[in-house]
Amino acid sequence: MSVPALEVRGLVKHYPGVKALDGVDLVVRPNEVLGLAGENGAGKSTLLKALVGLVAPDAGEIFVRGEPVRLRSVVEAANHGIGMVFQEQSLVPNLTAAENIVLGSEGSAVRRGVYRWDTMRRLAQEQLDKIGSDIDPLARTDSLSFAERQMVEIAKVLRIEERSQHPPVIILDEPTSVLESKEIETLFAQIRRLREFASVVFVSHRLDEVLDVCDRVTVLRGGQSVGEVATAGAVPGELHKLMIGSTGSDDHYHSGAASLVAAEQPRLSVRKLSGRSFQEVDLDVAAGEIVGIVGVHGSGREDVCRALFGAEPTTAGEIRMDGKKIDLPHTRAACAAGIGYVPAERKIEGMVGAMSVADNMTLTKQKARCTGPFVAPKKQATLVDRWIERLSIRTPGRDTAIGRLSGGNQQKVVLARWLVGGDIKLLLLDHPTRGLDIGARSEVYRLMRELAGSGVATVLLADSLEEAIGMADRILVMSDGRVVAEVACPNGGKPSPLDLVKEMV
Amino acid sequence: MTLTSAVATAPRRQSRRGASFRDAGPPVALVVIFGIFAALSPQFRSVDNVQNIVDAAAVLAVVTSGITFVLMMGSIDLSAAGVMGASALTVSLLVANNRNDNDYGLLGIGAAVLLGCAFGCLSGLALVLLKVPSFMATLGVSAIGLGVATLMFAGVQPNITDTMLESWAIERFLGFSYLAWIAAACILVGWLIQRYTRLGRYAFAIGGAEEVLTLSGVRVKPYKVAVFTLAGAFYGLGGVMVTSQLGAGLVQAGDGYDFSAITAAVVGGTLLTGGRGGILHSAVGVLLVMVLTNGLVQVGVSPYWQGGVEGLIVVAAVAAAVIPQRRRNQVVK
Repeated sequence: MSVPALEVRGLVKHYPGVKALDGVDLVVRPNEVLGLAGENGAGKSTLLKALVGLVAPDAGEIFVRGEPVRLRSVVEAANHGIGMVFQEQSLVPNLTAAENIVLGSEGSAVRRGVYRWDTMRRLAQEQLDKIGSDIDPLARTDSLSFAERQMVEIAKVLRIEERSQHPPVIILDEPTSVLESKEIETLFAQIRRLREFASVVFVSHRLDEVLDVCDRVTVLRGGQSVGEVATAGAVPGELHKLMIGSTGSDDHYHSGAASLVAAEQPRLSVRKLSGRSFQEVDLDVAAGEIVGIVGVHGSGREDVCRALFGAEPTTAGEIRMDGKKIDLPHTRAACAAGIGYVPAERKIEGMVGAMSVADNMTLTKQKARCTGPFVAPKKQATLVDRWIERLSIRTPGRDTAIGRLSGGNQQKVVLARWLVGGDIKLLLLDHPTRGLDIGARSEVYRLMRELAGSGVATVLLADSLEEAIGMADRILVMSDGRVVAEVACPNGGKPSPLDLVKEMV
Repeated sequence: MTLTSAVATAPRRQSRRGASFRDAGPPVALVVIFGIFAALSPQFRSVDNVQNIVDAAAVLAVVTSGITFVLMMGSIDLSAAGVMGASALTVSLLVANNRNDNDYGLLGIGAAVLLGCAFGCLSGLALVLLKVPSFMATLGVSAIGLGVATLMFAGVQPNITDTMLESWAIERFLGFSYLAWIAAACILVGWLIQRYTRLGRYAFAIGGAEEVLTLSGVRVKPYKVAVFTLAGAFYGLGGVMVTSQLGAGLVQAGDGYDFSAITAAVVGGTLLTGGRGGILHSAVGVLLVMVLTNGLVQVGVSPYWQGGVEGLIVVAAVAAAVIPQRRRNQVVK
């Protein structure tokens, strides 16, 4: 048997509070397309970053064509022939597509520091032709659509073919999540072409795609490799079982605690809401109901969620809480109406890292800790300690800076912020479990169930389809700024991820 | 085969390279403001006055050209005043003058420009090696420059007697002073750097998405230092030009140019956050500021009011420039 193109043995990576990689093994053979599957938080991203030198592992080894290597930077990885298309796009928005494609390896397009635009355009065009894209190489990147930028990104990584003498290893991290089916086919044709002379690592959470294009799939769970599946004849269900593991999704999402929704007047009622990136969105959420909104990046669901909180301007439509119209777009009005928002970017928008747990928890509902215009330290202490206990937040104390807690505990403090006032009616959760490990996620799910049980309505933008299906009572599917489908999602009658994907694209 | 046919049949998409709508603001404002003043004041629209405006804009244009590269990166540079002072003293002591017997002519001018480079390099090194934010690093370098200038000044003002340097401010070619032509040349060189060199394009890219450059394996630190060095060269030349205008080397040669240059660049559409604008934008910004200053005098606004009125117009111009950003809950610092 030939030497693997790339091999990983026992890779370990700790982050504060999380063991992202716990002894991962991975083998990429020459001329194969290896799929990498795993839920969010399974360690996929960390593993991929380690392979291109962005993350220094704490332990374990990486071998390229049998030789042990240390990858300290993207350049070193590229010199070993390893390149990656990043999930969150890595293009410079204010440069042309051509410059982005050759960035860092301009070759003959730059002589002694001077640009030769014609050469550059030709080099870029060669890469774009490989994937059959008709993008103008001299167009500014930020004038391209998201899908077009994705094609530029792929064209960029294909340049590694010319850079390395050895057969390259090309990593594609969720390259298809925003592509249309025709573009996906082109991409798959490219992947099959690449296989002739290279190895490809393909990551996608559309399992049907993984099975379609890959020769073999390695499944990660909890930072370990838990299984390997040859794709010939395999079905998505098998993979899914491996990804979720023996615990099973039902327990994980605390479905037993799901409350029965009384179909009375909706708590939140949205009619024909339109904004910059969404049109005529109708949405009803009853008290105690969890409604998931799913859609690919660019579907407009994030903006809808922000608009509900008054943080994104709207052009038309109305939002009513318990029948009362809310003044748009004002976050203060939303707060006053009992709406709470947990932003996706926890570290940037969700919390003030240097401030204490207590200050973060009482940031919005100042009244809860004040007597008149003054902060009442005793009142604050009692209140904060009560919520620390109720949500079992693990913190050395209420005066610890929130930035020092683990992600899960930070998120609980952010959630508590909306609860301390005692007047919360609707929670908008924008990727509430992003970056949390499995245990912490489970805690957040339990909290969501508890809140729903007490009558809080919830709008959930889940981190994965599985999460949306597991938690929501009802799912709205958005595509290109419109709600294109509504799928009932009751206990015992949950749709499969594939049912939803069909509507999403 | 599907691939090739797709390439062959797909019509080339409409290219989207041209200047965007938001880039049109400052030039339009320049034309409008010029038009208003021209309508209000016959003196303003005289050929003489237009020559005056352009001549007066020369030094600011050179300094702004330099600072633009730094701003494009998203950094800031407050060292212009100090660097110009040091370069003014250096050049006035190296060309023919009343303090010593030196008469190095062009060499002296070159030395002053090189000194500017050295100061710029210092700012850049402090930024990338010591991680001092550019705001503080360049403020410090400005103080160093003023200190060096004061030492060279040594209590006796060097008056220059070099005929070539004196002629720059006096002699005219096609109606404009030599200084104005030098400024035009600087803008052209700056534009070529910005458009055709890796340095210029990377400066732009660093302002756009620095971390992406790192992900692509580009080492950004040398480029940052080089950009500050380049800016220093422009300030050095600026100091030389002021010396030519004054006929003497003064420590205060660069007084006020640091902030005027930032103002002109921002008014022209170069964002302080980096990644947008450029040398031509800045040139328009310089003209806008100069037309404004000159026009307010010509239409008879009291000198006591001018500062305030100018300030108001600048804030209004910048507010107009950032309209596309004024959505959502964006934080402005």
